[in-house]
Amino acid sequence: MSKISDMTKTHNWSGQKLVSTDHLLFEAPRTKHFMTGSEVLKEAVKRCTVDASVSYPITPQSEAAHLIGELWAEGYVGVYFRGENEFGVMSEVAGCSMAGARTITTTSGPGTLRAMENFAMWSGTRAPMQLILMARGINSPLTIQPDNLEVQYLLETGMMIWYAENVQELFDMSIAAFTVAEKPDVHVPIVTVVDGFFVSHTREAVMLPEDDIALFPYEPYKAPLPPIDSEMPPGRFLRDPFVMKSNYISYATHASWQWEVRSAVERSRPYAEHFLKGLVHVSGDENAEIAFIACGTASQQSKEAERELAKLGVKTKVIKLRTIRPFPEKELIEALEGVKYAFVPEFNVVGWLSNEVRSALYGKCDTEIVAGPRVGGGMSMPAEAIIAEVMEKVNPGKGA
Amino acid sequence: MAKQGPAYYSPYPAATYEGVITPPEGKALLLEEVVDEETAMREVARVMLTSENPTIFPGPQVLYGWNEESKKKAKVIKEMSEVLNAQMIPMYDYRPKYPKIDPEVEINPNHPNLTIWNNNIKAAIFIGVHCHYANVALKIVRAETDCYTIAMCGLSGHEDAMATLRDQHTEELEKFVKIAKEVKQELGV
Repeated sequence: MSKISDMTKTHNWSGQKLVSTDHLLFEAPRTKHFMTGSEVLKEAVKRCTVDASVSYPITPQSEAAHLIGELWAEGYVGVYFRGENEFGVMSEVAGCSMAGARTITTTSGPGTLRAMENFAMWSGTRAPMQLILMARGINSPLTIQPDNLEVQYLLETGMMIWYAENVQELFDMSIAAFTVAEKPDVHVPIVTVVDGFFVSHTREAVMLPEDDIALFPYEPYKAPLPPIDSEMPPGRFLRDPFVMKSNYISYATHASWQWEVRSAVERSRPYAEHFLKGLVHVSGDENAEIAFIACGTASQQSKEAERELAKLGVKTKVIKLRTIRPFPEKELIEALEGVKYAFVPEFNVVGWLSNEVRSALYGKCDTEIVAGPRVGGGMSMPAEAIIAEVMEKVNPGKGA
Repeated sequence: MAKQGPAYYSPYPAATYEGVITPPEGKALLLEEVVDEETAMREVARVMLTSENPTIFPGPQVLYGWNEESKKKAKVIKEMSEVLNAQMIPMYDYRPKYPKIDPEVEINPNHPNLTIWNNNIKAAIFIGVHCHYANVALKIVRAETDCYTIAMCGLSGHEDAMATLRDQHTEELEKFVKIAKEVKQELGV
């Protein structure tokens, strides 16, 4: 089934010509297609010389996981299997990645939490796998509706977190994500987030390069640590956690190790800057005194609000965050120059993005941060809700 | 015992949190300044030649004959130690040691400060150490000692070293040895 031929210096096992990430993302000619997020993820994985993928079904990512399985059957993915549950999947993904395989998996909502312990272990072992998170709500009450609450839980796991707005960004980001995660001075896992349903299930126009080219394979010998060994940290830590509480290792190692994982995420900035063409994208009126800070499809809805508000004579701009870890603090401060009010529209109930923004900007920026509007999941972010929030601020008590 | 570093016993803050990251290709880093490779090489040679107990810490990538490149590098590093009047203490693996390492004969990434304290080392080159362990060790050394650390890295470099040279392969190491000889002659040491 899988691996049609042997890897050569110029072609991978499925016969695709090996090309640089720059060529695949910026130089190769593209043609227009009409696809859902799940379908386009299959196209991205097809072009990434992926060694291994492990899956477990949960709405809304089940189709994406299934389609990656088709790639295995077609000979584009080296190994593919279904895990016992999400905890099993994320553990197996760790094994594949530590063994030197370029590895991808997908999950959503409660599946993310079921696997939670593994994510900090992934980053602590400096394994560069990619998780595609098709965000959904978390129980309870049981929901399979759009939401992105689970991202809050991933913020401090030591993984990079990128957020794609649409189908096109999902394609490009998931390719760039492997490249950045595998840089020797970065080499930590990466989460590429899209909003479930709005991106995973929505068909959009997307520009794709031909599928006869693919990324060069992962080079595990450039990893910042040798292959896992049960006598040596991090393998030793996984085998024998008490080693951290003994004379074997100074307490400073524990602290230094954790700072090193977070330093690795910081080192990804220049690479992300290059491949994403900036950690933030700004659109709308550059001289506006009102801004929207958003990620994912909340930035699409903010753009709609920006257009409608312009008709009412209210100038606004949209600052779309493309990376959450590393957090684009410097870029955000620059984009907020001259801005009086910044609204943070979010799908989730807790407002994790507004918390992030406030924390990053505290004492560094005069802009008043308005934490909302928030829909608490389960529905789209109506542009009308964003417009009403803005008009209440600029025209109190009089509405739009 | 050596004096404590500016961050006392805590490895915090890491250099990346002060906005310092690895240098771009073709460049080097002296503290937080991005400089040309040759400028950094001259400064590194000067520090090693003028500090107490200069030491080279070779790691597994140059201690064992994995490939021809490893063997070539090892020979150049031996010459480097002679030019710099430096002793060599190996980091031959990354395993935790019980009850503790012998700081006379080895350095270990889990408590690298012990070796530096015991031998009163004021300048040291880390070379051939896998990047993750070099970074873990460099943060501890930076926090707990006053040793001037130098990273000679075959990949992207290490911002927690006081000086970092990236993409250092045999050719670059030979260039450094040549520069070190010149600096040694200039200093008359």
